[in-house]
Amino acid sequence: MAEYPTEPLKCWQKAKELRNEYYRSYEQARDKGGLRWSGSAWAFDAVPVGLGRDVRCITGEPYGASCAFDKPLSSKYLKAAENYGFARDLCSYMRNYWGSIILDEYAFGGKFPKPDFSWSQHICCSHAKWYQNACELEGGDVPLYVVDVGAGACPPFESEMHPHRIDYVAGQLMDGIDWLEKVTGRQFNDELFLEAAWNDMRSTSRWAEICMLNRNTPAPLDEKSIYSLYVFGVLEKSNGDFADFYDELYEEVKDRAERGIAAVPNEKVRWMSDTQPPWGFLKIYRYMEEWGAVSVGSLYTYGLTGMWIYDAERNDLKPRPLPERRPRTREEGCRMLADWHLGKPEYQHFYHPEYKTKMMDAIAKNWNCDGIILHYNRGCEGLSTGIAENRLGLLKRGNKVMTYEGNMGDEREFDETATINRIDIFLETLGLRRPA
Amino acid sequence: MPFKQFQEWYDKRHEYQTDWKKRTGGKIVGTFCTYVPEEIFYAFDVLPVRILGSHEIQDVTEPHLFAMFCPFCRDVLAQGLKGRYSYLDGIVLAQSCIHLRQAFTSWDIHKNPGWSYFLPMPNHVQSPRSVPFLAGEYKLLIARLEELTGRSITDDDLRRGIEIMNRMRRTMKSIFEYRKQDSPPVTGVEAMYLACSQFFTDAREWIPAAEETLGALKTRKLDRDPGKRLLLVGSENDEIDFIQMVETLGERESVGATVVIEEHCTTTRYFWDEVEENGGDPLTAIAARYVNRTACPTKDWPQRTRLERILQFARDFKVDGAIVIQQKFCDPHEADIPFVRKFLEENGIPTYFLEFDVTTPVGPFSIRVEAFLETLDTEDDLF
Repeated sequence: MAEYPTEPLKCWQKAKELRNEYYRSYEQARDKGGLRWSGSAWAFDAVPVGLGRDVRCITGEPYGASCAFDKPLSSKYLKAAENYGFARDLCSYMRNYWGSIILDEYAFGGKFPKPDFSWSQHICCSHAKWYQNACELEGGDVPLYVVDVGAGACPPFESEMHPHRIDYVAGQLMDGIDWLEKVTGRQFNDELFLEAAWNDMRSTSRWAEICMLNRNTPAPLDEKSIYSLYVFGVLEKSNGDFADFYDELYEEVKDRAERGIAAVPNEKVRWMSDTQPPWGFLKIYRYMEEWGAVSVGSLYTYGLTGMWIYDAERNDLKPRPLPERRPRTREEGCRMLADWHLGKPEYQHFYHPEYKTKMMDAIAKNWNCDGIILHYNRGCEGLSTGIAENRLGLLKRGNKVMTYEGNMGDEREFDETATINRIDIFLETLGLRRPA
Repeated sequence: MPFKQFQEWYDKRHEYQTDWKKRTGGKIVGTFCTYVPEEIFYAFDVLPVRILGSHEIQDVTEPHLFAMFCPFCRDVLAQGLKGRYSYLDGIVLAQSCIHLRQAFTSWDIHKNPGWSYFLPMPNHVQSPRSVPFLAGEYKLLIARLEELTGRSITDDDLRRGIEIMNRMRRTMKSIFEYRKQDSPPVTGVEAMYLACSQFFTDAREWIPAAEETLGALKTRKLDRDPGKRLLLVGSENDEIDFIQMVETLGERESVGATVVIEEHCTTTRYFWDEVEENGGDPLTAIAARYVNRTACPTKDWPQRTRLERILQFARDFKVDGAIVIQQKFCDPHEADIPFVRKFLEENGIPTYFLEFDVTTPVGPFSIRVEAFLETLDTEDDLF
């Protein structure tokens, strides 16, 4: 029985159009005299913008997720990667992506659009290897540049943001700009870069503010919908249209919160997750909603696209405010981006599971979650890092925790029936009764 | 010939280390990866000992480590959870793969000896930004080691650490030179005991034994047919049982083999490259060594520089074939293996792939290796 009013998101259609345009513009970039690049969703995408507004990108993780959503297509790509000789326990986004190249098929139709260069970042074992191998599978003539962000944790998990760590990342970005000019033959435009860098910070700060609105009861957004919205921060966070869209989305979600508009009208129990879901089985979210259980978010959707500051004393997260002013020079832009992104919540757990446990516990407590569901995700070693210790740490802090094993991008490794059984039991322990 | 001594140090690593502590009153820090700069620990007179697994079936890590991570990291963590390293004064990990990182962080949570340190070893080792960054990280490490030891160090202390480690590396390489001979006087098993025992002992005690061995190798002859000459390529590997099986195949079957060289982090990736000793800032020199050493696959990008080193080993040690070995679930190696195999095959080196777990399935692997060795036979061998 509905307890709260609900209504569709007004900007939903716009989100779909923006997303479709993103993939289309990548495909058509060359036809319009532009350039294409590929790289990680976590790449410093503001930098290649300095080559011109006609430079379009495709980021591998959301592309892999899109493949995974179409199970027969994904199965074909995964098999192609395995037949090439890649182990099936490697990152499933990566295998979908490689399979797409090997079969020369673009998931959205036509041949796979070969990039002019690859521009990525590295923090998990697979990031740089992904594009190293992709470039080789493309024929070996796609130049590759990767920025290492494995420079250690940020405060409060470290005593300070050590200057040499900023130097390291900013220096790689500066070198990367020289490299971009060399491999493309284009002159780098600092103004375009600085505008994009600011948009990057705008969109990632704003996204955190949007997530804050989900502290309200009822939650104005549910996580299945959040997946379609957070994605702009991993498609191209420096894209001005996306930053503007987040401003618009913020106003709409704020309005929903103020008017008590629920994402799920029968919200009874709030839960959160940790990492990517099994993209081919998002229906489990709708299944739980039938019980009245709403996922209000995750460290993944909040902390991958959003920039936050963790307050250790209060065990709370607050959006990282924008810097006082825009960067004015190339070097300043690189340094500000380095500082900004080294503080990304999703980077911290690579250094110690306790950091992730603390941030997840902060979400659980401050977003009023009744339970936490952890996805033992065989498809992503990076975001599954420390997950077993996260479980122990969250239990120790008094949270109710359920786990299930699956794979974000390989449907062969998700047992739907067994997972539903576990969910049923978990929801009953949260005081819910099976819907009639 | 003190090869027995190396085996004893390997088998009785805990006895040696507890005895060392009693004898010297010094501190011991457990290291989790070969990217830990042991020179700095020797400069502080702290003994760095590498933590390897014990190759025993265990059931203690499941609550702490998701089963999709490699058996090596689980085996390493098991050593801590079982209390086998209760005498350590600290633990340190240099950033490498995130598998081993979890062994370190779980150890840190549940068995912290009072001092632990994560060293952000750069991944972009092909960038000129890496050496100054790592030198900066070493300064932070040194500050923490000052807390552990209650003392500070000078550049001369660092140079002393460099000298110890370089001398060890030169001795190891000189012994490995003998493996190039048509009839190597050192087996793969002996080489593995030699290399691993260095992880577990004070280099200042290991070096004299190794130098004595080096001297004895001039006249040493082994009463065995070396058979096919094999290269092992892969991730961490101290599977003595496996090498023993390979090297005794010839006693049971029509084909035999000797492991004459390895490209993995248990032997050559660990010791092959030295620190530049001629002047300059010693901390920067150490950083340059770790940045420029043969890279772990997780750091070997954008160029895959390992390939040339592997091929050079194959040629210098005149191998007939390569066994590409991998710890199950080891992502960095899994991402490289199709290209490593393709490269070797294109250069006339046949390859065979084997995936390892905590324990070695010696029987099934024996059949597979024997079949591989048979494929290495030329027509003349067959008729």
